[in-house]
Amino acid sequence: MDAYKNRRGILVIAIVIIFGVIAFRLFQVQILDKDYRVTAENNALKYETLYPARGRILDRNGDVLVDNKMTYDIMVTPYDVRPFDTLAFCRIFDLDTAFVHDKFREYRRYRRRIGYQSLAFCRQVTSEQYNMFIEKSYQFPGFSGVRRSSRAYPHAGGGNLYGYISEVDPAYLREHPEYRSGDYVGKTGMEESYETLLRGEKGYVIYLRDARGRIKQHYENGEYDKEAVAGTDVTTTIDGTLQAYGEQLMKNKVGSLVAIEPATGEILTMVSSPGIDVSLLADINKHYKDIVSDPYKPMFNRAVQSPQPPGSVFKLVNGLIGLQEGVLTPDTRYGCNRGYVVGNLRVGCHGHPSPIDLYQSIMMSCNAYYCYVFRSILDNPKYGSVREGFEKWKEYTASFGFGHRLDTDIPGEKAGTMPSAERYDRIHGKDRWRSLSIISLSIGQGEIGCTPLHLANLAATIANRGWYYTPHLQKDMPDCPIDERFKERHYTLVDTTHFADIVKGMELAINYTGGGATATVARIPGIIACGKTGTAQNPHGDDHSVFITFAPKDNPQIAVVAYVENGGFGATWAAPIASLLVEKYLKGEISPERKALEQRVLEGSLLHKVKVKR
Amino acid sequence: MSDIVYKKIDWVIAGIWLLLVVFGWMNIYASSVSEDGFTFSLKEKYIMDLIWVATAMMLGFLILFIIPSSLYPPVALPFYALMVLALVAVAFVGVEVNGSKSWFALGPFRLQPAEFSKIATALLLAQVMSKYGFSFARFRDALQVALILALPMLAILLEKETGSALVYLGYLLVCYREGMTGWILVIGLLAIVFFIVTLVFSPFVAVLVLLGMTGVAYSFQVRKPLQGLLITALGITLLAFLPRLLQLEALSFLNRFDPAEWLALLAGTAALVLALVFWFHRQKKRRNLMLGVLLGLLMIFSVEMVFTKVLKDHQRARIEVLLGIKEDPMGVGYNVHQSLVAIGSGGLSGKGFLGGTQTRFNFVPEQSTDFIFCTIGEEWGLIGTLAVLGAYLALILRLISSAEKKKDHFARIYGWCVACCLLMHVVINICMTIGLMPVIGIPLPLLSYGGSSLWAFTILLFIYLRLDLDQKKYE
Repeated sequence: MDAYKNRRGILVIAIVIIFGVIAFRLFQVQILDKDYRVTAENNALKYETLYPARGRILDRNGDVLVDNKMTYDIMVTPYDVRPFDTLAFCRIFDLDTAFVHDKFREYRRYRRRIGYQSLAFCRQVTSEQYNMFIEKSYQFPGFSGVRRSSRAYPHAGGGNLYGYISEVDPAYLREHPEYRSGDYVGKTGMEESYETLLRGEKGYVIYLRDARGRIKQHYENGEYDKEAVAGTDVTTTIDGTLQAYGEQLMKNKVGSLVAIEPATGEILTMVSSPGIDVSLLADINKHYKDIVSDPYKPMFNRAVQSPQPPGSVFKLVNGLIGLQEGVLTPDTRYGCNRGYVVGNLRVGCHGHPSPIDLYQSIMMSCNAYYCYVFRSILDNPKYGSVREGFEKWKEYTASFGFGHRLDTDIPGEKAGTMPSAERYDRIHGKDRWRSLSIISLSIGQGEIGCTPLHLANLAATIANRGWYYTPHLQKDMPDCPIDERFKERHYTLVDTTHFADIVKGMELAINYTGGGATATVARIPGIIACGKTGTAQNPHGDDHSVFITFAPKDNPQIAVVAYVENGGFGATWAAPIASLLVEKYLKGEISPERKALEQRVLEGSLLHKVKVKR
Repeated sequence: MSDIVYKKIDWVIAGIWLLLVVFGWMNIYASSVSEDGFTFSLKEKYIMDLIWVATAMMLGFLILFIIPSSLYPPVALPFYALMVLALVAVAFVGVEVNGSKSWFALGPFRLQPAEFSKIATALLLAQVMSKYGFSFARFRDALQVALILALPMLAILLEKETGSALVYLGYLLVCYREGMTGWILVIGLLAIVFFIVTLVFSPFVAVLVLLGMTGVAYSFQVRKPLQGLLITALGITLLAFLPRLLQLEALSFLNRFDPAEWLALLAGTAALVLALVFWFHRQKKRRNLMLGVLLGLLMIFSVEMVFTKVLKDHQRARIEVLLGIKEDPMGVGYNVHQSLVAIGSGGLSGKGFLGGTQTRFNFVPEQSTDFIFCTIGEEWGLIGTLAVLGAYLALILRLISSAEKKKDHFARIYGWCVACCLLMHVVINICMTIGLMPVIGIPLPLLSYGGSSLWAFTILLFIYLRLDLDQKKYE
């Protein structure tokens, strides 16, 4: 009747075998195995954690940017605490008695959950306080000190770049089971990017407790203890001196200053201003509220997180695309009578000679010229429709890195925005837009957003005549190599041969003495620098001042972007700042004839021009 | 209600149920009582547990004496549908506890539908499989059973309660008893073996194991066991030395890949070619064997993917600690290490009731719920743990033997379901606390703290007791 009756026997045998295995394992754990056989008198093991020193952050020349200093955390094992002189205790650590009472009320409430565990009572006390405490520690049973390293910053500046460390919170712990409550973890900046290198490995010492919870001795003579392994030092591509100088230049201005070594993609300087003051970083939790409520948002790393219209700087990209598409040659001349006018549409321009060729268009930053160039790219009969021309144009810009994340090693990097055809469909109706409808793209206005890092990368790409390495902050070292993605050259879709013409225009913009050049303020004695100004209109107030530059023209050593919010013309603030940084890097000092300019930049303040919500 | 009814109740099952519940309460008291001693307050776990025990007893009484057993087959489907709905709903509107959303909150009481859906699944399985003419050979029937099992499992996975979902695999044993092919169980076991071998050693070793198994199976198939075994052993040994040989040569193009990967790829290709050759063989038996080889290869090469992509970080870490790939007594391995120390410190006879120091004061986390076995191990020693283990074994075997006597298929299959559900819970939970399985958070039936679990197992058992009672009436 039941064909499978015999299977009962198979299953029963299997069940009995499984229970047999469990029974044997129990016998092994409870009777045979010495590791788990701890006698009734000293049955509880106490693990005391040894915290490793966190790795340091060094600059490209080996100077220490982020160092460790010794502080102590005072730990308490509530179970072991006996009544003590609260007042004396508070005097040592400069605490409020109410704080102590509150803490102990909390311990009492959660006493069951806490059990034998020790908890941090107060963090980061100085070594003087710790020494005072040690002298009198017999008066305070249940309290002990643990060495923790906290951060120290020998150089001023770079707060956003380094990031900070803080204690892990419960949400983070859930995601990362390898951390335990009380551990520190890098937040933002390099501390976050290189957390796995910097953190090192925790160790522990095992003690035995007796049945009353008193520590008796080292467990098995320390045979099972584990030493802490210090974190690895990380060498950055940052030039500490240059970074500090950059921070000075950007003081009291809102914006970013980024410098890249074109040949390697190494970031030499990255300033986001106003930034976090490094003197607050080590103890950031105390100041966190102030920093977060600062209307100038110092936590916000503008260099990679603030996409803005690039302004005229973007003309370089459109010029390169025009050359590659064959709709533009260096000799192409267009007329400009204070602007580009078609019907009701007018793109204004400043007064300059007319007509002009490509070199002059870059040198004098003519708007009308790029309206013609942009339209000839999009309306190229080679492509069936404006839409197709636009998609091609977008493909080119993407090859320069615009509109997507560059995939650097900086946390929080933003992609920026490049408009899509669909977006224009929504604004104007499906395929109801023409090249004229989106003409502001020709001069880097309108629906474009790129981060200062994108622009710095553009400067590096032009400096290299057509390729770039993904910008990065970690320096390639034999014992600590960088990711492979930073060793791969990215070529743009524009042939390298076309770059020479654009570079020539940029050279003229700075070095042409015949009049009309926009960036003569950036001229550095003895060095041929190339540059392009930008003046980005924006809805928040005065124009943003933008400048990209690289130098020397041949075999460039440094490519820089300065983006100064509400700074007016590109030549007013951005060009001086960027060129001073270049000069400092290449010559080590500022030449006497430019001292006055340096003075003006260092003392200038633009904070009042920036509208902030208070 | 005459005296005869009382005599016909299966007192062995009811007795073990009572023993476990009472013993469970004692251990919950031991693991959660504070130094102040017994306090009558709803904030204390042991008081809350008393309430759950009392209500569970009332539920048991209700099921055993009031609700007729003829009710269950017709309500099985609606009840099941309702539970699956509840499972899905709780994933969205439930309260989050320890990272998984699986609780409905009713004031101070919380209910976990995943516990109750086990009952619904057991009832529906029994109803479907007891239908006249049901056979696993029929695709429709097999699909039905697969769906009944898969729906609640998927819903529970949605709540991130992986452990509770695993329990449903226990019902496959019932299916096997009722005629499902045993190959499904064998393949499942092999998958686990390959998973472990691949992780602990390398894909190469796993392929060698697979080849070895194939060789053994084949030599029996062609009825030349001695010859076949000899060739297999020789081949495997030769292959095992391949890594050494290759390391000596150090071919430069090999360096780009992990040597283990290369070897696995090589051995895998060889096995694949073999498999294809046999595929065109006329005999069906051979084809099946080679289908097995292909399946095995697929398993081995997907291990890496499953391990890194499908599993969550914490699950991966737990498995690594279990397999000894990583040692981490302060991190992920903390629970298991502390749990083992607690159980180990109990010795033969334990430290006595309330004498445990490891399990009190939170050395072992979750010691009144998932890790209650530690308290038993520490305070009652090997005697206590073996007694508990014995009680469970007795309960399960009693359920099976009682179920097998039933003429009514519904009662028989339901009885098996109860036994297998208990089996899965007990084995997974205890193996987790003694480091034989990765940490999977499911309760120990009737012992762990937790109202939903206590209620669910009480209902599960008492429905069977009533079924049993009604069967005996007609004898």
